[in-house]
Amino acid sequence: MTPQDGHTIAAAAPSPTSRARLKLIDCDVHHALRSSKDLLPYMASRWHSHLEDFGRRRPVPFTAASPYPKTAPALSRTDSWPPNGGPPGSDLVFLQEQLLDPYNIEYGMLHLLMSGMDERNQDLGNATCSAINDWQHEHWTQKDRRLKAAIVVPGEDPPATVREIERWAGNPDFAQVSLVTHAIEPLGRRRYWPIYEAAAALGLPIGLHSSGNNGHAVTSAGWCSYYVEEQHNVALSQQNLAISLVCEGVFERFPALKAVIVEAGFVWVPSVAWRLDQHWARMRGEVPHLTMKPSEYFRRNIWYTSQPADEPEKPEYLRQSLDWLGWDRLLFATDYPHWDMDSPEQAFKFRMTEAEQRQVFAENARAVYGLA
Amino acid sequence: MARHIVASAGEIPPGGRKLVTVRGREIGIFNQGGAYFALLNRCPHQGAELCKGTLIGLATSRGPGHFELTRRGEMLKCPWHGWEYDIRTGQSWCDPNDTKVRAYPVTVISGEALVQGPFIAETFPVAVEQDYVVIDV
Repeated sequence: MTPQDGHTIAAAAPSPTSRARLKLIDCDVHHALRSSKDLLPYMASRWHSHLEDFGRRRPVPFTAASPYPKTAPALSRTDSWPPNGGPPGSDLVFLQEQLLDPYNIEYGMLHLLMSGMDERNQDLGNATCSAINDWQHEHWTQKDRRLKAAIVVPGEDPPATVREIERWAGNPDFAQVSLVTHAIEPLGRRRYWPIYEAAAALGLPIGLHSSGNNGHAVTSAGWCSYYVEEQHNVALSQQNLAISLVCEGVFERFPALKAVIVEAGFVWVPSVAWRLDQHWARMRGEVPHLTMKPSEYFRRNIWYTSQPADEPEKPEYLRQSLDWLGWDRLLFATDYPHWDMDSPEQAFKFRMTEAEQRQVFAENARAVYGLA
Repeated sequence: MARHIVASAGEIPPGGRKLVTVRGREIGIFNQGGAYFALLNRCPHQGAELCKGTLIGLATSRGPGHFELTRRGEMLKCPWHGWEYDIRTGQSWCDPNDTKVRAYPVTVISGEALVQGPFIAETFPVAVEQDYVVIDV
């Protein structure tokens, strides 16, 4: 019989062996509630009846849909539904089996996509954030020491936020403070500064994962029609946020503050910084509180998670982008279990030296989060 | 390269699939309206288990405002990033020149012919009166 060769796998896969040996720090892992009822044990009984009688009031634009999960159920890999039920990310054992164990993950930084920050009823929002943190602590970080939570805070109520940060301060299970990025005002505004003051004083980075609703379109060009547009536009909204933090002078007032921009790309950073520097050189008199070039704040105070890593036609272009960005700025992330997850063995289709790998896949994150 | 018996003909219903391991490779066998196709269970993009993906149709358009859904059940959508592959060829729809999943030839052969060999039946019992799905690996 004639051997009839089928098609070959043409996409060059980098050798997984060298990366597989690495211990990784995954800077974007999504756990999930099995049900919103999971939070009730941590909420006063007043809220139990309130949630039944009135529910939540979120400024969500589409009446029957969140603006996000569009391409796959629960926004997730279709193979990530736990065999014992519940949505993707809700079963610790399955998360260990599918993510932490096979990829040799030393630490996984948890980002819950739910927050109380965009709840209009601020008392309910505050109670929700506190309940989320209690739940994260009991059911995730205490059960697997590799997992580190973010303190979820009601950022539109800074005094309540500071109280919640201080409630967990010093607890090694919490590695950062999480704000929703679609806030009522750009996050550089002074109303949010008490949060930054508390976080900087405690050495906790601010984790900024695209999330939340503020009633505005994700893009300043208006409401987009397609998810394929929005998937990109959330990155633009994060650029606006970074520019706000820099230009309002947050990092001038709190030079030790660290901001981690999660899941918004990183190739845009050099060009945004170049343009801002150019504007600053001409309009510095408008923002005399900025004593350095905008790019210097980007280089000193902001880090970026890697996923979804861009896939340029020539993989080497990504290396150039990293040279411009600074290799110490990038924190590897999978985004498990979401549909656009990056595999540590397959993301970045260009060769990195061992030293570069150690930086991107672990050591940058270890330094930012002060992990042992 | 050898021929491997991987299923009896009635075992995989139309629209169904079976995952098999042949010579260390995980391979998905698909029955598309009575025709069989076999693809390696690994997405060339980031290595997901491709053959556990959803079988979908091909959405095409001759311009904004028009769309057609054709070839229902013939495109395999990766469980992770949703890359679409033609189950007949393993070819990627969005990157047909550079990205292909390895596809294996599949034939249906009668048990009577099979017992004459040379075939590798793994541990598959072969009955003369039945037909079998055979792949070349």
